[in-house]
Amino acid sequence: MSERDTTVTGTTVIAGRRMVPRKRRGFFRTLAEQRFLFLMSMPFAVMVLIFNYLPIWGWTVAFQKYKPGKLFWAQTWVGLANFIDLFQQPRFYLALQNTLTMSLMSLLVNFTFPIAFAILLSEMRWRGFKRLIQTVSYLPHFVSWVVVSGIVYRMLSTDAGPINQIISAMGGKPIQFMAQSNLFYFIVTGADLWKELGWNAIIYLAAIAAIDPELFEAAKVDGAGRWGQIWNITLPGISHIVIILLILSIGNLINIGFERQFQLMNTIVLDRAQVLELYALRYGIQMNNFGRGAAIGVVNSVVSLTLLFVANGIFRRKTGESVM
Amino acid sequence: MTTTRSKWFFSRSGWTFDAVNALIMILVLVVTLYPFLNVLAISLNDSKDSVRGGLTIFPRIFTLENYKTILNFGNIPHAAMISALRTLIGTFLSLVACSMVAYALHHREFMGRRFLSRFLAITLYVSGGLIPGFLLIRTLGLMNNFLVYILPGMVNAFNIFVIRTYMDGLPHELQESAKIDGANDFMIFRRIVIPLCQPVLATIGLFVAVGQWNSWFDTYIYNASDPNLSTLQYELMKVLQSTQTGNEAAYGSDVVQRMQQVSPESIKMAITIITIAPILVVYPFLQRYFVRGLVIGAVKG
Repeated sequence: MSERDTTVTGTTVIAGRRMVPRKRRGFFRTLAEQRFLFLMSMPFAVMVLIFNYLPIWGWTVAFQKYKPGKLFWAQTWVGLANFIDLFQQPRFYLALQNTLTMSLMSLLVNFTFPIAFAILLSEMRWRGFKRLIQTVSYLPHFVSWVVVSGIVYRMLSTDAGPINQIISAMGGKPIQFMAQSNLFYFIVTGADLWKELGWNAIIYLAAIAAIDPELFEAAKVDGAGRWGQIWNITLPGISHIVIILLILSIGNLINIGFERQFQLMNTIVLDRAQVLELYALRYGIQMNNFGRGAAIGVVNSVVSLTLLFVANGIFRRKTGESVM
Repeated sequence: MTTTRSKWFFSRSGWTFDAVNALIMILVLVVTLYPFLNVLAISLNDSKDSVRGGLTIFPRIFTLENYKTILNFGNIPHAAMISALRTLIGTFLSLVACSMVAYALHHREFMGRRFLSRFLAITLYVSGGLIPGFLLIRTLGLMNNFLVYILPGMVNAFNIFVIRTYMDGLPHELQESAKIDGANDFMIFRRIVIPLCQPVLATIGLFVAVGQWNSWFDTYIYNASDPNLSTLQYELMKVLQSTQTGNEAAYGSDVVQRMQQVSPESIKMAITIITIAPILVVYPFLQRYFVRGLVIGAVKG
């Protein structure tokens, strides 16, 4: 936004936009002239105020003993009691651990695999096949987690799932994948990878396509093989975008939602599935303890912001890159 | 070394590399497609026969009975209609709102421009979270209300900025001359800018539509107690979870009875296919526009 502003100020004519030099006019005159612009934008600005800003104000609930139906000033303020209470709950630490572990696993997998996939795909010679793979690999991104969960349960089921059929065919015993809490982290991460592999690769594919082809030609002349080209040209060529995306996802580490866990969990694996937001959902909405629910949300955001600043700080020191 | 040869046999590892690469790609293809084809095969197979297992990607005994069953009972048809309605209305209103705000921001001389830009940009980074959002919706009386599908996400800052960037790239002469001819800002928006913005509106519209069609959480948390507002995703979720955990009590007795007639697996798979079908229909467009949209977003960000 701001770049365009700076290019315009100081120059009199930009692309014919301001043909007549503008004189200073009265506030109300301008207001009347721009009445349609105001009418077209202000009602929606009010909606943003209501649906995006009021919930931020709602963080105050974390410091109240919130009673539904009472007005804001009629609520009892309890200071940090909700937080102190929260930090004494063993389940809170369990939820924190679940959130961080699953987020880290998914971060690792969602960085390495899509990059590898994008590089391999860009090395593909046969155009038609390349396009087919691309088309197919985006597909799971567009189906909901509800559908994906159904598919995962089906694929991993003991009686009809292909994985267990393979295991049985090789003489092994069928595994009840969905009923083992030890496996839940891996199932969530695997399902995430299945759903988002192709989609996450798009941005790297675009970055690879933007690399100057002459660099590859020059490397070939210098005798670099396929691995040599990938290592010396493709990877350095996309490192910039990788670092930016990495910093952003570290900031989002704790915020990556609960849809996957919510849809994939069952009562047997609940202890591994409950992430912070599900914990907030359970206390806040199902048990009407809104103060604690909001406190969990605040903790969530604070941890997330801290992670973002730390990650950004480390990367700025090491590479000179920064996203903030 | 000729050029054609060098393309294929440049280094000694070239052959093995290509072969391994092709194998990996075929593996990705199979792993991605097989589950969908398997679900489709079961949904099209005789339900009693499916219990025998061993179905892969072709139905053994072809039948449309499973689809007839789900289209004739319970909440599925109504839920599908609600899903379609929220997708159509939600997408349309969101496009109207976002393009209007984008149009106002696109005017350099617009007085509220700087403030409005910042006001919107903040929402990209800060959000209230689950509980305050829930309390707000409840206070506003949007519980058990169709509007909860439409209003909260209608004005989206990211989409506004993408549309605004596109509008900034349009040739300005048409708008100037319309203004000289006496057209007001709204007429210019309606007659000139919107027709020119079709590509970006298609992109954003598809984004929003897929999000609307796929969302289930708002139904679960705000509208679960009103079956008339249930969506297809939520119905599918209930069917999947009731059989996954064996908790049929959470489910209407009417449905349980019918599920005993047709194997739950066939039901689940048929509903899954119906839930995916609209996505598949728009998928060719999605692929074209989504990728472009992602690139627009990336360039901007």
